[in-house]
Amino acid sequence: MSKRRRAVNAALLIGGLVVVWQVVSWLVPWLTGANALASPAETLRFTYGLLASPSFYPHAGETARAFAIALIFAVSLGVSIGTALGASRFAGEVGEPILVGIYSIPKITLYPIVLLAFGIGMPAKVAFGAMHGIVPIAIFTMGALRNLNPVFLKTARVQRMSRWQIASRVLFPASVPEVFTGFRIGFSLTLIGTLLGEMFASQRGLGYLLMQAIGLHNIRMITAVTFILVCVAVTASAVLWAVDRRLHRRIPAEG
Amino acid sequence: MTAGRVRLMITIGIVGVLEAMCRLGAIDRFAMPPPSEIMWNLGRILVSGQMWPAIAKTFANVAAAGAAAIVAGVALGTLIHRWAALRETLDPAFAAYYAIPIYAFYPLFIVVFGMGDLPQVLIGFMLALVAVIMNTLNGLDRVPRVLLKTARIQRLGRVSTALKVSLPFAAPYVFTGIKLAVAYSFIGVIGAELIMSRTGLGYEIGYAYNNFDNAVMYPLIVLVLTVAASVNAVFYVWEKKLLARRRK
Repeated sequence: MSKRRRAVNAALLIGGLVVVWQVVSWLVPWLTGANALASPAETLRFTYGLLASPSFYPHAGETARAFAIALIFAVSLGVSIGTALGASRFAGEVGEPILVGIYSIPKITLYPIVLLAFGIGMPAKVAFGAMHGIVPIAIFTMGALRNLNPVFLKTARVQRMSRWQIASRVLFPASVPEVFTGFRIGFSLTLIGTLLGEMFASQRGLGYLLMQAIGLHNIRMITAVTFILVCVAVTASAVLWAVDRRLHRRIPAEG
Repeated sequence: MTAGRVRLMITIGIVGVLEAMCRLGAIDRFAMPPPSEIMWNLGRILVSGQMWPAIAKTFANVAAAGAAAIVAGVALGTLIHRWAALRETLDPAFAAYYAIPIYAFYPLFIVVFGMGDLPQVLIGFMLALVAVIMNTLNGLDRVPRVLLKTARIQRLGRVSTALKVSLPFAAPYVFTGIKLAVAYSFIGVIGAELIMSRTGLGYEIGYAYNNFDNAVMYPLIVLVLTVAASVNAVFYVWEKKLLARRRK
């Protein structure tokens, strides 16, 4: 797909979403008599005001910090667990259903336990964010190591490479694309987890701002914070997606 | 020793260590009661029947959200697959979809639809829908040309081609989407109940937490996790069987 075609598609998509948003924001008061959604123009104006007010930045900074720490935990623990389980076939067989099971359970039900363990504040948010991100990263890391093209290892052995050389020159580069896919998914989930943690377990941050606005029924604030979060999340995921595709193109999958 | 047995032993080991830590006071009673006590309380709650309305409501909502997402997702996936231009436009949106905190839309749904079941079902539905669409598209991409040509020779219409040829071929991939849809419906519905609702297991867990009522909170959490994990395990095994049959 050409660059131009992709730009046109993106413009169509964004334009379509704005139109839907505008129509819904007209329809809702008309159908229900309640004001539940700020229009795109109103949201932009309010968002601009929010971004200009100094009281917004401590919240944004708090969320960014919590997210960054949670992501560090998610990546380091996820990659370690994935490597441990991917290194041997048997460990993988034992571990995979456990990981898939943990991935599928509604982790949000665990928030009271996280609060009891960490108290309200930064550690609980970080734990909640990391909890969401660790498992997908571990699953993809494990998959990357297990589905490695066997020719790579055979070639390495023929070349009489040492263990360390095999790990650093063959295993690591060959598994990077899949691990990155795990990172991309883990990134999104960690962000969502951190925000959820803030919604329940915090006095600061964007999640708290959202929860407070919900409590006060501040429609413009709800819409603006949601809008900012969606913009940040979509931009980050688009960048990660582009890197992901480039990495996958460089190394052909098993075959 | 088989992998399953090792898994069982690991589970027993973890529960045993937790039990010992709770009994010896390494874990505070206010933080967590011993696992044996949690199970005892769970039995007591289930027998007393006090939670059955909440349980029924939550699982009915999860089922409604999941079923709606599966039907709509397969239908939309089939439609989008036919329409290449639309798909090209929507693909990046699908890729970015799970980066969006869907719960942020929950207050909007409450204002529009009231405090009933619909907002929670809708959150579960929204979380599940795109997983089904994406996996349906993935499955339909893999249908061999030869099957479609055969369908054309047999003069099958578009709808019957989809129902009798493409979708059955794509079934194992669609199945992955269904499995995710079930997991996401649980997450969506129970999360929404925790954030704001008047009934359901999520609400009861939040209520018990606010009252420091560990004798209710932990059993209910264990109940939710057990049901979600069991449903998922059934689908996991079923999926493996489907894929194994396909490989023959």
